[in-house]
Amino acid sequence: MAHHEEAVVRTPVEYAYERKKRSDQMKMQVVTFALMIFLTLIAFIAVNAGFSPYYVAPIILVFAGIQVVLQLYYFMHMNEPNMGFISFFMWSGIFIAFITVLCFVTIIWWHTAW
Amino acid sequence: MSSIAKKTGFGATVWDYITTVDHKKIGVMYLLAGTFFFVLGGIEALLMRIQLMRPNNDFVSAGFFNELMTMHGTTMIFLAAMPLLFGFMNAVVPLQIGARDVAFPFLNSLGFWLFFFGGVFLNLSWFLGGAPDAGWTSYASLSLYSEGHGIDFYVLGLQISGAGTLISGINFLVTIINMRAPGMTYMRMPLFTWTTFVASALILFAFPPLTIGLALMLFDRMFGANFFDHTMGGNTIIWEHLFWIFGHPEVYILVLPAFGLFSEIFATFSRKRLFGYSSMVFATILIGFLGFMVWAHHMFTVGLGATANAIFAVATMAIAVPTGMKVFNWLLTMWGGSIKVTVPMLYALGFIPSFVAGGVTGVMQAAAPLDYQLHDSYFIVAHFHYVIVGGIVLALFGSAHYYWPLMFNQMLDERLGKVTFWFFFVGFHCTFFVQHFLGLMGMPRRVATYGAEQGLDTFNLISTIGAALMAIGVLMLVINVVKTAIKNEKVGRDPWGDGRTLEWAIPQPVPFYNFRQTPLVRGLDTYWIEKQEGNEEGMTYAEPLGDIHMPNNSILPFIMTIGLFIASFGALYNMDADKPWSIFLLIGGLSILFACMFARSFKDDHGYHVHVEDILAEEERLYGKKGGNN
Ligand code: HEM
Ligand SMILES: [Cu+2]
Repeated sequence: MAHHEEAVVRTPVEYAYERKKRSDQMKMQVVTFALMIFLTLIAFIAVNAGFSPYYVAPIILVFAGIQVVLQLYYFMHMNEPNMGFISFFMWSGIFIAFITVLCFVTIIWWHTAW
Repeated sequence: MSSIAKKTGFGATVWDYITTVDHKKIGVMYLLAGTFFFVLGGIEALLMRIQLMRPNNDFVSAGFFNELMTMHGTTMIFLAAMPLLFGFMNAVVPLQIGARDVAFPFLNSLGFWLFFFGGVFLNLSWFLGGAPDAGWTSYASLSLYSEGHGIDFYVLGLQISGAGTLISGINFLVTIINMRAPGMTYMRMPLFTWTTFVASALILFAFPPLTIGLALMLFDRMFGANFFDHTMGGNTIIWEHLFWIFGHPEVYILVLPAFGLFSEIFATFSRKRLFGYSSMVFATILIGFLGFMVWAHHMFTVGLGATANAIFAVATMAIAVPTGMKVFNWLLTMWGGSIKVTVPMLYALGFIPSFVAGGVTGVMQAAAPLDYQLHDSYFIVAHFHYVIVGGIVLALFGSAHYYWPLMFNQMLDERLGKVTFWFFFVGFHCTFFVQHFLGLMGMPRRVATYGAEQGLDTFNLISTIGAALMAIGVLMLVINVVKTAIKNEKVGRDPWGDGRTLEWAIPQPVPFYNFRQTPLVRGLDTYWIEKQEGNEEGMTYAEPLGDIHMPNNSILPFIMTIGLFIASFGALYNMDADKPWSIFLLIGGLSILFACMFARSFKDDHGYHVHVEDILAEEERLYGKKGGNN
């Protein structure tokens, strides 16, 4: 993980490599940031354009999901190596929570409404 | 039992155990406390069986029967089976992976005390106006209307001990991810470590729904919140979902470690590498996952609709596949092995047909249309006792014999052990096999009595006789323990002669720091490999002898738990209008808790170092001049 760097002496090759990696990361972060702004814009436009809420609400929810994933991977460093276990546990948790919520929405809430 | 404390005397020993953070001692405490609650739950069961021995019996009243039934189930699941498994996890897992302790020794101690005081709190209900009486499932439509404080004891007691379980589960996850010795890759971990790992992950995901359910129940009862009260716009089914989203994974939290224990026993006494190791690991993980997608099979008759029932029925049946994989792997481990039928192996052999029978009835119940017939009948009682007693309790008893020499450097008597097994095993089948038929004949579960003209007398009598046989078996096990302790014959390292995994390579008694040098793991069944290569030491070391860093003992977990315990009484009596003093208990208890948390957070405790000369001195004290590993 890239934080808490110690004062190690790098060879020029290592230095160049680090520099390249950083700038690549930076580029991805800028791209993601732009993408996130864009998604937010679409959400605002969709609401303002007066589309049906049945159309707008799911779209915003999906965008929100995408933003969470982008945030996790590009800004909270989940795309780095050694994150295998952490992401496995996070995705498992998300999956289980999703099933639970899906069930509550479908077989408790809608089902009682039928 | 090893200890650095040179003081002896009863008071000093008690103090040592109350403050200890040593996983080996915490393991022993889990075993002691778990056995205590197991006996308590057993007595409740015997009282119920005496009541049901003959028709129209009035040995206990119907109300008292409900309390017995509720406390039996709750005690056995939360206060006996789980802690006993935690006992083995604590005693064995750090040794199996080559660690000097768990990742968070302080939290380990806290987890134990929370479980213990949660259990004591729950059981004090017997003396303080009546125990909970709505079943271990405590369905809201019943429990919201239960008189007195029984249900409040259930809610608060489980909340406390559940926090302990969650803490311990997380502790084992971190321990297994971070504390493995060099060379101990994931695919070299012994199966008990693997199943502990997966069970801990299940705890991590399954206990929060229970916590939420209990919190909502507490709000309903304390503040009239009406989450589950349909007359006020709530929904009683939500409790059932929350309970079973926890409850089904819970049964796998229990049975997976039991599978792990049996895997160790099968490999050891077949003197063969476990067959299909990687498929065992895969099946364990798969069961863990599927375990979260089947909970509604407990609610087929609630009226979820045909679609939901069908989905959950199919998902439930799917679990039988990885479970079957495991059974075949055990059989094939024995196939061609040179089998030694010791007491642990006897339990393992008895486990296979018993557990398979329980699995088969499980798949039957998974067929939703059939379950409309079976639900809430004695058939269900037969099913879950076949998996719980035939799976988990047999594993606990078998591993008690298997790991006794590791924990106490003594060997339980083998002859007496075999007699014990037969009493318990025959008693178990006698008790529960006939309950299948009782269920099919229409006897509902959780009833205090039945009529003489219903034709249920004979099977009920047989069932009660079986329960008596099981009780004799348990008594014999206790006698065996006492006898062995009195005889006090030291057996030394690897007393079974066929130990395969790292824990058996450690000299006996195990020093408090476990490993003088961190071992280097060179494959699955490390110790076996070293033995094959004629390594007298039993281990290859990954580091030279050096200072060892160990955690300090602490009294804080104990005091914290006392604080929470007091606060729970405050919360419980706060519901009564005539007990205004309860608020002081609540505030006082919580203050103790937070004061301890403050103390812990602001005073850094870095532990201490055991220097090389201390290690050498300790080894001479334990093993004499010649040192440990030979
Ligand atoms: C192949 C494996 C299994 C299947 C297919 C299965 C299926 C089921 C089903 C469908 C029920 C609900 C029956 C009803 O109430 O109408 C049930 C109940 C139960 N099962 Fe299993 N089961 C399996 C394994 C286990 C295991 C391994 C355990 C415990 C270690 C277990 C413990 C229980 C308990 C405690 C209940 C009753 C809970 C209650 O209503 O109080 N089952 N099982
Ligand atoms: Cu289940």
